Amino acid sequence: MSNIERDYYLQLLSKGFRLDERKFEEYRPITVEYSISAKSAEGSARVRIGGTEVVAGIKLEVGEPYEDNPDEGTIMVNMELLPMSNPDFESGPPSIHSIEIARVIDRAIREGKGLNFKKLCIRKGEKMWIVLIDIYPLNDEGNLFDAASLAALAALKDARFPAIVNDKADYKEKTQQKLPLEALPLSCTILKVGDFFLVDPLSEEEKFLDARLTVGVLEDGSLCSLQKGGDASLSVEDIDTMVELAIKKTKELRKFLK
Amino acid sequence: MTTLLVEEKEIVVPGQIIAEGLDYLPGEDVLREGDHLISTKVGMVTLQGRFVKVVALNGPYVPKRGDIVIGKVVGVGLSGWRLDIGWPFEANLSLKEATSDFVEKGTDLSKYFDYGDYILCQIVNVASVKIIDLSIRGPGLRKLGLGRILSLPSPKVPRLIGKQGSMITMVKDATNCKISIGQNGTVWLSGEDPKLEMLAVKALKKIEAESHTSGLTDRMKEFLEREKNGL
Amino acid sequence: MAYEKRIDGRKFDELRPFEAKVGVVPRAAGSAMFKIGKTIAVAAVHGPRELYPQVFQNPTRGVLRCNYNMLPFSGSGDRVRPGPSRRSKEISLVTEKALLPLLDLSAYAGSVIDVYIELIQTDAGTRCAGICAAAMALADAGIPMKDLVSSVAVGRVGGKIVLDLNKEEEDYEGHATDIATAFATRNGQLTLLQMDGFLTKEELKKALELAKKGCEMIKEVQIKALKEKYKGGNNE
Repeated sequence: MSNIERDYYLQLLSKGFRLDERKFEEYRPITVEYSISAKSAEGSARVRIGGTEVVAGIKLEVGEPYEDNPDEGTIMVNMELLPMSNPDFESGPPSIHSIEIARVIDRAIREGKGLNFKKLCIRKGEKMWIVLIDIYPLNDEGNLFDAASLAALAALKDARFPAIVNDKADYKEKTQQKLPLEALPLSCTILKVGDFFLVDPLSEEEKFLDARLTVGVLEDGSLCSLQKGGDASLSVEDIDTMVELAIKKTKELRKFLK
Repeated sequence: MTTLLVEEKEIVVPGQIIAEGLDYLPGEDVLREGDHLISTKVGMVTLQGRFVKVVALNGPYVPKRGDIVIGKVVGVGLSGWRLDIGWPFEANLSLKEATSDFVEKGTDLSKYFDYGDYILCQIVNVASVKIIDLSIRGPGLRKLGLGRILSLPSPKVPRLIGKQGSMITMVKDATNCKISIGQNGTVWLSGEDPKLEMLAVKALKKIEAESHTSGLTDRMKEFLEREKNGL
Repeated sequence: MAYEKRIDGRKFDELRPFEAKVGVVPRAAGSAMFKIGKTIAVAAVHGPRELYPQVFQNPTRGVLRCNYNMLPFSGSGDRVRPGPSRRSKEISLVTEKALLPLLDLSAYAGSVIDVYIELIQTDAGTRCAGICAAAMALADAGIPMKDLVSSVAVGRVGGKIVLDLNKEEEDYEGHATDIATAFATRNGQLTLLQMDGFLTKEELKKALELAKKGCEMIKEVQIKALKEKYKGGNNE
């Protein structure tokens, strides 16, 4: 099996270069837009990292709390890798890759106590709010993990509760009340290619990853989720390096959430 | 009475009436509907004698006999290889079009060309959409070595190459890079200095983006000089 | 109750504010966004590529496959469950029929051209917005076309024939008539016609005249958006 593209890339990395003009730890230009679907969604946002574009929307529904958490609401995170965004994505039910990203973001928000679930309770044991987060890439030029995480949080920030009428959401009436967002657990994915660690890969770079580590980080630098991916293994030293780098980069990413 | 309704080099869209009357003949990407000549693509109007054609600004690559293309080996068989040339169907490179060596039956052909190799070759026959034959018997045709692969829209290739290769030669000389361009839009690039390789990539993308404008050659000359000085 | 003034104050033959942009999904072969009122549709083209399963391949020309989808947060009330519904499948079908007559797919036998349409936000006229975006995306991708397709809804609201209904008008008094149309305006050819409601033959004639005018206005903006992508290359 020949792999001139990978061999070329490793050679480039060993000389200190990537496929574009960035340094190994540099993100492409990032923009965050809020309320992009304001008429329909309770909260929404569009994130661009370089050419990668991801939109996220929040819908709020009234439901019944789980028996073991009668005074808490909950979230549900869904992501679909739209075939529009990348010719390699197929139509059909969510692929395992999209399920992975959705679950990793879910864990970061849940464990990072991003939303105060108790404040999503409407009536203990009877009614609570379900926060439905839907994340959709429109153009994939690499690093959907981080773009999705940023989009989800931006959409949560943008969201406002709808009015409640007879224990049902009245979508025609939005309130000014924000969601109980108490922390911003942001994810940052670090790639390992050969002996090199990189951040924010282009699609053309993603093809060559040996392993990746997605780290969910809170404002104070503590960790709230970890997910290792890729076919190769990582040493404990690698993990250490990658976590350090992720903590450093999420500080920068956080600035984009105002 | 025949009238041209647009100017040469004007950008037209599908369905746009380019000419009225029967004196002009429909060229590439132009169709005749009664008295009218209509563009079928977004592109630039060009006159060639009595032919009105539209030089499309984008479009899928359609294989033609004689085209030099860069293909990726995606299948290794008993009597040849199958290559992805950016067409929905794979093209064939048969053993006899690849080498004049005597090859024993049953030899593992991957020692000549393996999965993932990029080959600069020529289309010798298009029998149907699914039967496309390639050959590397020809000057300069070969397996490509270590380098960077780009994919650019195939309608832009003539502009990237330039009249008699003038544009691509300018980029090669300024960046000391070896560059091969296939009619299918696949580009292979290799140089000594990563910074100059990056400049070559930027230059190619710039030519692609501005292919429909005039004065491009001069602007590219300036661009390459300026960027090189900045390095 | 006579419908003297439209809910949003427009004239009966006035479109909502609309805009178009081409090239919004750079990774696709071609793409476009079409927004009318609050309805936002994004379309992207991939292909031609091999069509699987092979039994569906057409030996004489390429196959056009359209996929209309609403994002879960794009509906006007409840969240829309992700995945295809009977409604979205029907819309995908009529979208394909609306575009096919104008396409020349003879060079792509055995292949498929996929058009994906996603609705980011909806306020009526979604299939029409999707078709407008898809037509631009196909042109952007360089698929040979005999004309662009433009699409708009007309209807009868409170007894009046109106152009481009919004959601409130669709739901007006529980029985507005809603007609989705698409035209290849160069020859005035109709490629989409669906009606939900009832009206007389004369009213239909009026409605179609109005729809054609609306499509002509939309086409100008579609053309501009396609050309806009190539503007301003001479200055450096």
